[in-house]
Amino acid sequence: MPMAADDIETMIREAIPDAEVEITDLAGDGDHYAARVVAESFRGLTRIKQHQAVYKALGDRMGGVLHALQLTTVVPE
Amino acid sequence: MSDAHTRIDQAVNGSDVVLFMKGSPLFPQCGFSSRAIAILEHCGVAFSSVDVLQDQEVRQSVKEYSDWPTVPQLYVKGEFVGGSDIMMEMYEAGELQELMQKKGVAAAAS
Repeated sequence: MPMAADDIETMIREAIPDAEVEITDLAGDGDHYAARVVAESFRGLTRIKQHQAVYKALGDRMGGVLHALQLTTVVPE
Repeated sequence: MSDAHTRIDQAVNGSDVVLFMKGSPLFPQCGFSSRAIAILEHCGVAFSSVDVLQDQEVRQSVKEYSDWPTVPQLYVKGEFVGGSDIMMEMYEAGELQELMQKKGVAAAAS
């Protein structure tokens, strides 16, 4: 089963409370998403660590039911 | 250390630039892997690739190896650089080309 955009957003927000999350359904099939995550708590982290924080939030969904997530992490200006 | 872990180690340390991907550079089996290959080709560097679809153990272990749940994964001089989103961001900022240069990576044979 694919994953709903709202579930992705909720899981990220739960793990990264200061995150602003924007989800785009790329293919309209509920299976290919892009996520843009803006969080002050990313400041000082490498890109790898920022992405890992989001992947951790999604737990075993990532690479499982959630196959395709194009991820952008941003530190607020 | 598991066999798969050893095989990953050998691949990572066997070439300057190594991409773990689904499929081969000529026939990538996933959009993200395809994008990663295109970026490396634009960088003009020599690289080797490991098709995780050919080795289920490596496919599983490579996720733990760098604590990264997805493929593709790029390694330069033995160091994990990121997945295709990070590669794209770095490429667009000119940082990936800079990294390759700084690490003294060989250019692709033309």
